[in-house]
Amino acid sequence: MEIFLQQIINGLVQGSVYALVALGYTMVYGILGLINFAHGEVVMVGAMLALSALTALIGWDVSPLLALPLSLILAMAGCMALGYGIERVAYRPLRHAPRLAPLITAIGVSIVLQNLAMMIWGREYHAFPQLINNQPHHIGGAIINDIQIIIVIMAVMIMTGLMLVVHRTRLGRAMRAVAENQHAAQLMGVDINRVISITFMLGSALAAIAGLMVSANYGLAHYYMGFMLGLKAFTAAVLGGIGNLRGAMLGGLLLGLIESLGAGYIGDLTGGFLGSQYQDVFAFFVLIAVLVFRPSGLLGERLAERA
Amino acid sequence: MTVPLLELSGVGKQFGGLSALSEVSLHIKRGEIYGLIGPNGAGKTTLFNVITGLYQLNAGEFNFNGRSYQTPKPHFLAQAGIARTFQNIRLFANLTALENVMIGRHVRTKAGVFGALLRNKSTRNEERASTERARELLRYVGIVKAHQTLAKNLSYGEQRRLEIARALATDPLLLALDEPAAGMNATETESLKVLLQDIRSTGITVMLIEHDVKLIMGLCDRVAVLDYGRKIAEGVPDEVRQNPAVIAAYLGVDDAA
Repeated sequence: MEIFLQQIINGLVQGSVYALVALGYTMVYGILGLINFAHGEVVMVGAMLALSALTALIGWDVSPLLALPLSLILAMAGCMALGYGIERVAYRPLRHAPRLAPLITAIGVSIVLQNLAMMIWGREYHAFPQLINNQPHHIGGAIINDIQIIIVIMAVMIMTGLMLVVHRTRLGRAMRAVAENQHAAQLMGVDINRVISITFMLGSALAAIAGLMVSANYGLAHYYMGFMLGLKAFTAAVLGGIGNLRGAMLGGLLLGLIESLGAGYIGDLTGGFLGSQYQDVFAFFVLIAVLVFRPSGLLGERLAERA
Repeated sequence: MTVPLLELSGVGKQFGGLSALSEVSLHIKRGEIYGLIGPNGAGKTTLFNVITGLYQLNAGEFNFNGRSYQTPKPHFLAQAGIARTFQNIRLFANLTALENVMIGRHVRTKAGVFGALLRNKSTRNEERASTERARELLRYVGIVKAHQTLAKNLSYGEQRRLEIARALATDPLLLALDEPAAGMNATETESLKVLLQDIRSTGITVMLIEHDVKLIMGLCDRVAVLDYGRKIAEGVPDEVRQNPAVIAAYLGVDDAA
């Protein structure tokens, strides 16, 4: 029972991060019908930027309570600029090209970013500085620490905020209109290029937050961390129904739970033959299962409506 | 004489080797209802797409409200005061009727990213004003009861009306309607006619493409006829009806509609 509760907690924390990253995939897909495979690298750049800023600020004796939000804001700003740039350079010139073309530039951008990050930050793992006294709390035999609590609370707040923006504001309405019909939206005076840029920037800001969360939770960051995280979040978006915001959140949480419960019990289930290092198998098993049995995802619309 | 609201001179549009419009010149006066008719494939919708910026013109000049436009983006033309509806209705299917009209207010409002995130006072006021205006417009076209219904769940006639309300929400000087009566029965067409006359009486210039010749003749101040991408006649409805070229275009050629 303790294991179960512990895996639920771990799953929720991990799932919150997946959900934030999955939102970035799904927002872009909703508007452009494009899978932005460079999104995982944006998360990595966010983590690296935040970590560098944090280390520098701590070095100047800035108090951690100030340094954390400052470096988060810096990472968000950096990632928003990056997201904007990626769209301008790699996707906008190919807006009317066959769908395969932007997919390939996406992979290209991803490789470029990884290598740039490797040149800037090196190949080594960077440790996340111990800033706050990461107090563990015991609930029914399971442990949840302060950072994990902060991650879950922040994720819930950010997702609520995003839903409010999308459903209650002029900007959000414009985003939904562009997603439904670009021509008609333009004729209503919506500048679609602006809306698309803003969408990329919003998604990238969420990625930066997710990046900081991951590195705070695991205590490290690495130039290669975006790849697997990106794939998992993409899986989460597909699981929930790509293009659907609520789907991305649900898919993220579910994937986090599936992974961590799977990793917790795989040893028992296979009589010790497979261990928790096979955790990643579950995400991709889910991806394959969804694509085979329900390609439109849990909350997704039928694809025919999009075509 | 006052300057016309819309003036096209020598407008041409080619698709590859195919000339969809050639040397079309026309002007629309402020406050009139101007009809555009012609057999299928005559270039009516192409002309609409040029006027609303969806197509870039290959030749000629395009003046609207005293300004010349060469390769305008649609959202600039919306800003300048041109609004349109589509032959095949293009609403935002998964937005409510009210939200559809509020998108029309987009061009006359300005809250951006910061407004969306901070929800400051001016943003909230602006939002309230556009909700109010959108509701008014739904009432005006007679579908206010359905304001919370998703556009895709409205009846066909309601969708047509919603499209007009959405176009009106942009505060247009020129309202361009592409076959507004298509698929309507006689009663619906009659009430559309009343609505359009009412819209004109508020000072909005109306331009429409229509196959329903009775509606065109009973509604329009002036009519232009397109055939094979050229303007073959223009004038008051009675004149145009007598015009031999028009009769030939409609009855005398193989692909007459």
